[in-house]
Amino acid sequence: MSIKAVNLGHTYHPGTPLETCALKNISFEFDRGTWFSVAGHTGSGKSTLAQHLNGLLLPMEGQVWVDGMEVKEKSRSLQEIRRKVGLVFQYPEQQLFAETVYDEIAFAPRNWGVPENEIPQRVNLAMEQAGLEKNCLKRSPFNLSGGEKRKAAIASVLSSVPDYLVLDEPTAGLDSYSRKELTSLLVRLRSEGMGILLVTHDLDIALQFSDSILVLQGGTQVVWKKPQAVLEHLQANPVPGLKLPDIAQLSAALREKGKNVPLTWQWKCLKTALFGEK
Amino acid sequence: MHQKTVCELRDVTYVYPGGASDDSGTPRPALRNVSFSVYEGEWLALLGSNGSGKSTLAKHLNALLVPTQGDCVVHGMSTKEEKNTFLIRSLVAMVFQNPENQIVGTVVEEDTAFGPENQGIPPEEIEARVETALKVTGLIGKRKKPTYTLSGGEKQRLAVAGALAMETPCLVLDEPTAMLDPTGRDDLLTVLGNLHAAGKTIVSITHRLEEILRCDRAVVLHAGEVVWEGSISALFLTNGSFREWGLDTPPLAAFWRDLQSENRIDLPSIPSIPGLVDALCQ
Amino acid sequence: MKFFNHLTFGQYVPSESLVHSLDPRCKIISVLVLLTGIFVVKHPAVFALWGVLLGCITAAARLPFRLVLRSAKPVLILVLFTASIHIFFTEGDPLLQVGFIRITRQGLVMAAYMGLRLLFLVLFASFLTLTTRPMELADGLERLFSPFVRFGFPAHELAMMMTIALRFIPTLLDETDRIMRAQLARGASFDRGGLWKRLKAFLPVLIPLFVIVFQRAEDLAVAMEARCYRGGAGRTRMYPLCWEKKDTAALGAVLTLVVLLVIGDRRLFF
Repeated sequence: MSIKAVNLGHTYHPGTPLETCALKNISFEFDRGTWFSVAGHTGSGKSTLAQHLNGLLLPMEGQVWVDGMEVKEKSRSLQEIRRKVGLVFQYPEQQLFAETVYDEIAFAPRNWGVPENEIPQRVNLAMEQAGLEKNCLKRSPFNLSGGEKRKAAIASVLSSVPDYLVLDEPTAGLDSYSRKELTSLLVRLRSEGMGILLVTHDLDIALQFSDSILVLQGGTQVVWKKPQAVLEHLQANPVPGLKLPDIAQLSAALREKGKNVPLTWQWKCLKTALFGEK
Repeated sequence: MHQKTVCELRDVTYVYPGGASDDSGTPRPALRNVSFSVYEGEWLALLGSNGSGKSTLAKHLNALLVPTQGDCVVHGMSTKEEKNTFLIRSLVAMVFQNPENQIVGTVVEEDTAFGPENQGIPPEEIEARVETALKVTGLIGKRKKPTYTLSGGEKQRLAVAGALAMETPCLVLDEPTAMLDPTGRDDLLTVLGNLHAAGKTIVSITHRLEEILRCDRAVVLHAGEVVWEGSISALFLTNGSFREWGLDTPPLAAFWRDLQSENRIDLPSIPSIPGLVDALCQ
Repeated sequence: MKFFNHLTFGQYVPSESLVHSLDPRCKIISVLVLLTGIFVVKHPAVFALWGVLLGCITAAARLPFRLVLRSAKPVLILVLFTASIHIFFTEGDPLLQVGFIRITRQGLVMAAYMGLRLLFLVLFASFLTLTTRPMELADGLERLFSPFVRFGFPAHELAMMMTIALRFIPTLLDETDRIMRAQLARGASFDRGGLWKRLKAFLPVLIPLFVIVFQRAEDLAVAMEARCYRGGAGRTRMYPLCWEKKDTAALGAVLTLVVLLVIGDRRLFF
């Protein structure tokens, strides 16, 4: 049970003067119950990649497989793939439209043809997962606070009961409290067996939570490894526009000066290496 | 060190007309008895989580909002008097969070000229100002480009250029980096650093504490009230209430604070990465 | 794949040509004169001359001819529709009769006339937007309408509204595209079912779009106010409109040409 891309490639406006290669030769695989991050600079192709995973975009080269089903045009499984892979766009609160939060969350399951008598249960579960208060149900989604709106938007994707959740910069514009709430929600979903794919330009968050990270640059794959290995790779071969976390820069600078410390992004780890346990 | 006051808020309370009320039905103020000053030439960080009232406060600084109670004085003029509004806006410029929503022109230089055109500046001087502003923000090469072809970071720098072209002594930025990627964020902070070095008074409003390391002073806002005021280093040393304020210590600051409190290093104010490396290698 | 593409909307194409450098007022009046000419002139030979003129202006504006033609694409359906109405509904000498459908000689001629007129109309008008920056165009209109301000005509406000509308077209197209994708990902479909079902499927796109438009409008109003905007009074311009000799010459040339064509047409026709 995994999402797999094999030599995936995509070109926008092929055969016109606007032709741009957005993705080339991308290969990776991640299982349910793991957290996979795609990190890259704006324009590195990471949002294009995300849209391939649930068939909003179809591969022009190579293949994408979701739980053994290939994502391709006119495939019967395309609808099933869209249900299985929930996609949360950047600033998802901007797609809210319904009269009540209930209808908002019920939109997706109704579209998938879930019988009406099962909908309340779906909505409740999604709300609980997203950490949204029950008393929001009857309110208009437009009257929620910023953090609640984002949760409602995520709940409206979770109500499809996806097996994978793809999120494009989900923490953008949130303050530190809402950011922590959101990341702990994702950690919980992962522990319940959901596959998480996070698209981000923020290495800090990718390093902190991922099981593996794919780094993109100008549509090509730079590295696909575990966080520590990715950090080491990026330190040795910097990618423009992807800034190493401050502590990682600090530890790298200390190593250069001959200090015996590991390359790390965690300050506590660095402190232990410098001064020992206390 | 700082003497001359640019803006001064005296006991400002602000209630949004038709805004949220508490359980007893009395309207809840977005700002409550807020008093502080912005001094000439300083780079002030105005901090607070979402909903702390920091954007409301920002809009008071150039008379986009007027206090319900109390007074806001800019260069000796009260924002309450309508005849001062135009002058005040020529002294304090603002840049907002969403770069997309503050661009008026369809071409880069056209948008930059919008402010000075409204100020009634003669054409040749507008052209000179636009050129300078676009140089400072690194957009001079894109001068004739349509605005929709710019990246997010470039759009926000264009917004800054538009504010610079007005040649106001003070610049207020309301979460200018919130919608930018790390490169766009760094580029903007570099521009702000240069402006500060050149003597411009800057007020940065943000909840990202990583971005305030180069500021001179911080004011923390929580639930509409000023809860803390002082230097940046002192702010990071008062660890206690951060969680309550909805703020987060950046890892580098946490590391420095921890080492400092255990007397492992002696750096009374928060250092840059090279500064910390030097201290640790001694 | 994108649902929309901003290049198809006849938007400004920067270039350093003579046509680009003309005063917008000159261009607006010239286009009006040309459009009147197109409507008045009836002789078929003159259409060939319109074609030559179109080619000359395209060359003078240093625009690729394809780009100019493409700007007529959105109204092509209208052109075909007008032409076909004339083909089928004009009385005269029948050329072809199939059942109740009758095509007449006069019908074909009328269809060609009307179709070509409409086409030239759009092509000439598109020079205005292709070679003039929206802000310039708005300035030009504002100045042309300024004599009516004393009768309460909101010249400045209309011009400013036009600029902002043009400025936001690309943004809103991107926005619509993004919302459509987001709703597709939530299982919406825009290409299934009957007309009513399809229209209903657009609600989840239209409502968020309206919310965004209002939010943007409000933000923009505040941002403009913060930049000292207070209407047209006391505003200066970085590049004030300046009527030069070449503008007089260009306008004179267009006027002479059209007047000659009209006179020639009357002579040939009667």
